[in-house]
Amino acid sequence: MMAYIFFALAGIALISGVLVVFQTHPLRSALWLIVNFFAVAGIYLLAHAEFIAAIQIIVYAGAIMVLFLFVIMLLNLRQPEEEAARPWFGQKLAGITLAALVAFILVYGFSKAEVPLAKAAPPGLGNTESIARLLFTDYLLPFEVTSVLLLVAIVGAVVLAKSKLK
Amino acid sequence: MNLPVLIALSAIKILIVLVVLLTLVAYTVLMERKVLGFIQLRYGPNRVGPWGLLQPLADLVKLLFKEDFTPPMVNKVLFVMAPIITAVTAFLPFAVIPFAKDMFPPQITIYGQTFDLTAAGLNQGVIADINVGLLYVFAMGSLAVYGAVLGGWASNSKYSLLGGLRLSAQMVSYELALGLSVIGVLMLAGSLSLVKIVEAQKDMWFIVYQPLGFVLFLTAAFAECARTPFDLIECENELVAGYQTEYSSMKWALFMMGEYAHIIVASALITTLFLGGWQGPILPPVVWFMGKTFALVFCFIWVRGTFPRFRFDQLMYLGWKVMLPLALLNIMVTGAVMLLI
Amino acid sequence: MTLTIPTFSLISIGPWLTLALGAILILLVDALSKGRKTYFPYFSLAVLALAAFQTIDLWGAQSTDFARMVYVDNFAFLFYLILILGAALTILLSRPYLEEWGKDMGEYYALILFATVGMMMMAASAHMIMIFLGLEVMSIAVYVLAGFFREDARSNEAALKYLVLGAFASAFLLFGMAFLYGAAGGSLYLDELAKRLTDAATLTKPLTLLAIALLVVGFGFKVAAVPFHMWTPDVYEGAPTSITAYMAVAVKAAAFAAFARVFFLAFPAFHVNWHMLLWVLAVATMTLGNVVAIAQTNIKRMLAYSSIAHAGYILVALVAANQLGAVSILYYLLAYTLMNIGAFGVVILVARKKDSYLNIYDYSGLAYQHPGLAAGMAVFMFALAGMPPTAGFVGKFYIFSAAVQAGYIWLAILGVMNSLVSVYYYLRITVLMYMRPAEADLGPIAFTPAVTACVIATAVATVLVGIFPGWFYDLAMNSVKIFPSL
Repeated sequence: MMAYIFFALAGIALISGVLVVFQTHPLRSALWLIVNFFAVAGIYLLAHAEFIAAIQIIVYAGAIMVLFLFVIMLLNLRQPEEEAARPWFGQKLAGITLAALVAFILVYGFSKAEVPLAKAAPPGLGNTESIARLLFTDYLLPFEVTSVLLLVAIVGAVVLAKSKLK
Repeated sequence: MNLPVLIALSAIKILIVLVVLLTLVAYTVLMERKVLGFIQLRYGPNRVGPWGLLQPLADLVKLLFKEDFTPPMVNKVLFVMAPIITAVTAFLPFAVIPFAKDMFPPQITIYGQTFDLTAAGLNQGVIADINVGLLYVFAMGSLAVYGAVLGGWASNSKYSLLGGLRLSAQMVSYELALGLSVIGVLMLAGSLSLVKIVEAQKDMWFIVYQPLGFVLFLTAAFAECARTPFDLIECENELVAGYQTEYSSMKWALFMMGEYAHIIVASALITTLFLGGWQGPILPPVVWFMGKTFALVFCFIWVRGTFPRFRFDQLMYLGWKVMLPLALLNIMVTGAVMLLI
Repeated sequence: MTLTIPTFSLISIGPWLTLALGAILILLVDALSKGRKTYFPYFSLAVLALAAFQTIDLWGAQSTDFARMVYVDNFAFLFYLILILGAALTILLSRPYLEEWGKDMGEYYALILFATVGMMMMAASAHMIMIFLGLEVMSIAVYVLAGFFREDARSNEAALKYLVLGAFASAFLLFGMAFLYGAAGGSLYLDELAKRLTDAATLTKPLTLLAIALLVVGFGFKVAAVPFHMWTPDVYEGAPTSITAYMAVAVKAAAFAAFARVFFLAFPAFHVNWHMLLWVLAVATMTLGNVVAIAQTNIKRMLAYSSIAHAGYILVALVAANQLGAVSILYYLLAYTLMNIGAFGVVILVARKKDSYLNIYDYSGLAYQHPGLAAGMAVFMFALAGMPPTAGFVGKFYIFSAAVQAGYIWLAILGVMNSLVSVYYYLRITVLMYMRPAEADLGPIAFTPAVTACVIATAVATVLVGIFPGWFYDLAMNSVKIFPSL
């Protein structure tokens, strides 16, 4: 049962991912990306990572993609104005060959791999609690460093976007 | 109990809740018209049935028989999807909101067969008690914006597009304040499950400990529902009707249902988080829950009848420069007090 | 539910805290007070000096902290010092240049300090997640700095190109880490990876090799190794010159710090697997960088390709993977910091008027009009070409002897041949300055005190470090003792 759900979700994720790339209109790409996020959130749920699944929806589907749509709509991109430069035959060939090679390596790599299962959450603790526990013990420093990362990103965005300069 | 029976019983339970909710939505519309009438010293609808009580039914018939017009040059798929998204995402959060302690007795006997309803919590007064309940509500709430944004874009009309644009900016801005203002409640309750949050308020409602959180959440909820004074997305004098401009008939009705369902869900959520949910003396829990929820719905309507609309820059200023810092302050103070006690 | 927060000592990350707090202070003062502020460069330099003192004070410690998230060891400290030096020299170069563009803003200095914090994190990480976070703190700050002249189309192009490709490279790095997590059975602590990835079964696992390959791509992008170098010339050309200098030395140093730490500490058992890969990368990087640099007429582009070539030399030391190799990485990065920032200092002085004189022929006859400046540039060019008695020579000497010591004779030979190729385009600048008449009157050059001081200091240091390499060799030798496998 779980396996069927997993393959269904994985299939949706893959197909929507491919569709993101092959759309000519940015808005459609964005919409397929949202579908992709949902499929991935479903896979997180199957792995009993409810917290991550919810955060995936809230942050990616609910906030980031809304901003994407906002920008696309603000610029009111209807259809691409000019035809994208056509790739040469050589580029296509090289791209397809390399992609096939990477696919082969990935499939081969995982077929040989005996990936051990991750540690289960300690009994009596929900998913959210165990994440919180990890964040404040083992991963205390990375957790705090993330705030520096966000601060840098905010300062950077303000520097680049500030309307008036001294 | 085997799986098919479990699924069937769950479906019945969901159906009951959904029908009640839909009826409430229909009557909230009537309530709004009546209360607005009262505020403006007029009668409101009073022709269909006694005190206009059958007005929702008449509205439904009217909307069903109106022409379902799809303007040319719209993006058909998205144009149809948008109202559905709005309505569905507005109803979904109700799945985790506990509206009573118990809905059914622990065991029922049908045709001589006894079913144990405590399995999977079927007897509880909530459809699904999940451990990330609150996050689920926020997830669904954050998706609600897509209905309006896509509707606005698919309509291929300037007013619709502007309405959608305004809404996306507004929702993203206020979601932060909304999320941060409940952190205090989470710290007090120690759980994301709404059932546990209600249980934690057995002795005292959280509004007593979290007055600032309550005010912030209420304000942000107004903005998330895009109600006055934050209803810039459909402000008539500028944008005709915002993202709904090109919609008619049942598609438009779905948008409307979404809007009122949003109000009810937001009120129910505030009740759950700050006002003790279904807890209360003497009267049965459902009555307490409905009473508190509709007191808040009344608030929504009252504000609409009282306050003027914000300007868009004022709205952004309030969201980012007032509510966000206050919400962070609230978290800090709550944490400090909890550490000291 | 009780939560035991691990014990930690803030002193062990003191230099990070100093720099981060200094940056925040700059931002706050800039936001809350009115009027133009001219003291930010001095303040930043003071903060950097304080961080350097803290580092020196910590010298000799050898432990981990914050639940084994950071190493507190001499290898990290030596990199701290090199990074602080790079940041300080960059700040010295910046002020008049920014003023010319009307961009003397507090955020510039704050972002440089933040980027330096990120680099230090990379140098001291004991866990893959810290490497990634450090890399992102550094990268985001540098993306913004590259696009700091936002009215300038080329600066915009530089920032966008760097951002898009950089995000792509970060994804490779993350995939590598994720696969490694699976291959190693759920751990990303560097020391534990070394223990877990030893038995023969894991060694031949394709998953592990795939992970290592992806990590090489991620790091290779940041150090601008061929074939992940495509962004370098455009970004180096478009970014503000001071930031180009900073990117060339500090970003590279930080990336090599993490690169070396990961490969020496976590994958010693895989040396057979990765040395071949890096061998090819090193040769390709050196050769392409040097050969293409010959064709450049824009001085910033030329230095960009030269920086690719220098990354190739350092990769040679990484391939050698012995103690001398590790020492030579540190030494070379110090030498490269001095000579490259010096060269960019001269470029800033000559460029003037919003970078109007960036062509190499603008240097014709420089020696007749500004002999001091030309002499400085000549020193840097000789050093970059690797001629004695400069630091560049000693660095190359260490690197190639490390390669020979480890048995990579051919690699050393190819490296030396590449150095010979590079002599052509470095000396061309010198020839232009000394043997050609000026194409036009160069006009006056404003010798602002800070930039002049920076150029003089780096020129003197380039020579001194070249003549007396012993003390730094000892320090470096002391600091690479932490790698048990070398």
